[in-house]
Amino acid sequence: MAEDAQSGELSVEEVGHIASLCRLALTEQETEMFAGQLSAVLEHVAAIRRLDIAEVAPMHHALPLENVLRADEPGPSLDREEVLASAPAAEDGRFRVPRILGEAP
Amino acid sequence: MSALDTARQIAEEVRAGTRSAREVTEAALEAVGADEPALHCFNILTADRALARADEIDAQRARGEDPGPLAGVPIALKDNLCTRGVETTCSSRILAGWLPPYDATVVQRIAAAGAVVIGKTNLDEFAMGSSTENSAFGPTRNPWDRSRVPGGSSGGSAAAVAAGFVPLALGSDTGGSIRQPASLCGVVGMKPTYGLVSRYGLVAFASSLDQIGPFSCSVADAATLLEVIAGHDPMDSTSLPGAAPELVNRLDEGVQGLRVGVIADFLPDASPATAAALRRAAESLASAGAKLEEVSIPELMNGLAAYYLIAPAEASSNLSRYDGVRYGLRVDAPEVTEMNARTRAAGFGAEVKRRIMLGTYVLSAGYYDAYYSQAQRVRTLVSQAFAAAYERFDVLLGPTAPSVAFAFGEKVADPLQMYLSDLYTIPSNLAGHPAISVPFALGEDDLPVGVQVLAPALGETVLFQVAAALEAAADPGARGPVTRVEVA
Repeated sequence: MAEDAQSGELSVEEVGHIASLCRLALTEQETEMFAGQLSAVLEHVAAIRRLDIAEVAPMHHALPLENVLRADEPGPSLDREEVLASAPAAEDGRFRVPRILGEAP
Repeated sequence: MSALDTARQIAEEVRAGTRSAREVTEAALEAVGADEPALHCFNILTADRALARADEIDAQRARGEDPGPLAGVPIALKDNLCTRGVETTCSSRILAGWLPPYDATVVQRIAAAGAVVIGKTNLDEFAMGSSTENSAFGPTRNPWDRSRVPGGSSGGSAAAVAAGFVPLALGSDTGGSIRQPASLCGVVGMKPTYGLVSRYGLVAFASSLDQIGPFSCSVADAATLLEVIAGHDPMDSTSLPGAAPELVNRLDEGVQGLRVGVIADFLPDASPATAAALRRAAESLASAGAKLEEVSIPELMNGLAAYYLIAPAEASSNLSRYDGVRYGLRVDAPEVTEMNARTRAAGFGAEVKRRIMLGTYVLSAGYYDAYYSQAQRVRTLVSQAFAAAYERFDVLLGPTAPSVAFAFGEKVADPLQMYLSDLYTIPSNLAGHPAISVPFALGEDDLPVGVQVLAPALGETVLFQVAAALEAAADPGARGPVTRVEVA
């Protein structure tokens, strides 16, 4: 892994692993195509990995805003029925999803 | 009357009662009807709603009320801005058919100012792209040459203004997605200071970079629209407190004595006509009294690489919400993670998948420091380099895009080539600064070339003054609208 991180080259196996991390069911063909294209992009951005800037503070955001909080007062929210109307499946005022845990149905 | 009048003219006449909002809306819809099938600027047209809204504005006016600074002005919205009850797709199959339960803040503000929404415009899926070829619903064509791209990602908005369908449109700019298509379509396109315009209801791509901004044919119209949408919004925690910069009233103050830095680092990669246009633009500012100097800011050239790590990283997180549960597409499976993975595989296009994977990779254990933290350090260097330059200059000048509009398919197979379209626009997003593209000259193949003005955070007042001076010196033939359709 460490060697791959150095070269920026992504193998088909690594792309498959990344795809599973971000929940993308890719075809074999897609996996191969993305391995090549992502490697090319990583090779291009590798230039900045070689910059000796460890002492520079990372910038997370353009604004100096901190802890933006509103008063803890109840206000109007989105209408539940309107929100659930957009869901692929809903039941009893809630989102309905397929089985989450591994046990037998 | 003409649908091609400026927004300011239309609003003035509708407010005065010499023209009705209905007439204006009908003329805009008629202009759209003629050329839209060939150009595909819109994902959805909202003709009935627009006419009903126009009638409301006319009724307001009849009651003696002022409908506002955009009274009766037709406007197009990029289809990543939420519109209550009107389909909002981000040009993605995963959101096709989605009806948002609320309006974006900018949508509320333009409505309150009297604007009439004509429709939702095409974009690269989730605003990821520089040509509008990544739309799941087919590309938009450039009104100047239909064999070429309009740029992107806000290509539909840029083309709708360039085609004369509407005098105003809204887009979003994460790495150049307003300014680059504005340059390629010969219209004005502007990205405000980060935090000046509320992002509430803008479908998130890269939250630390995204900003909504105006398209128009004139600098004054862009300033008018920005004044309407700018200002603090409690619904966006990154919204800036305090008053927004004054624009329209100070537009004509000129550039006498202003210190203008021409970014030398941008010129070697620009096409010959682009570089020539930039030099002429710089000279025109000097003739108008500005003090001109070339400046090298090499740190900006690392911005592209930093951007293509930071933006995908944020996108991979933001787009995790499309999981087949709360809205949009679901591809069923017996078990939930399989349902998520099949839904996302079927719903996202190739560029979105690429960026989600790139972002997931650079945020994953073992690579976070090497890629993501390093990119954030480069972001610091870009900001510091800008800060140093703005000690010497009031504004900076550069090209907006490396070349004029390119042909369909020319860059789509090579993501890296496409990414290079944003080389000159990305630094302003990284720093959170405002920048504007002004159509200035005709370049290669008689296609428009835009010139970009950059300013420090909240420097919009001076930014627009320089833009107005450039507009006054520009070749009027390089500016949209392209087709002069007169409607009786």
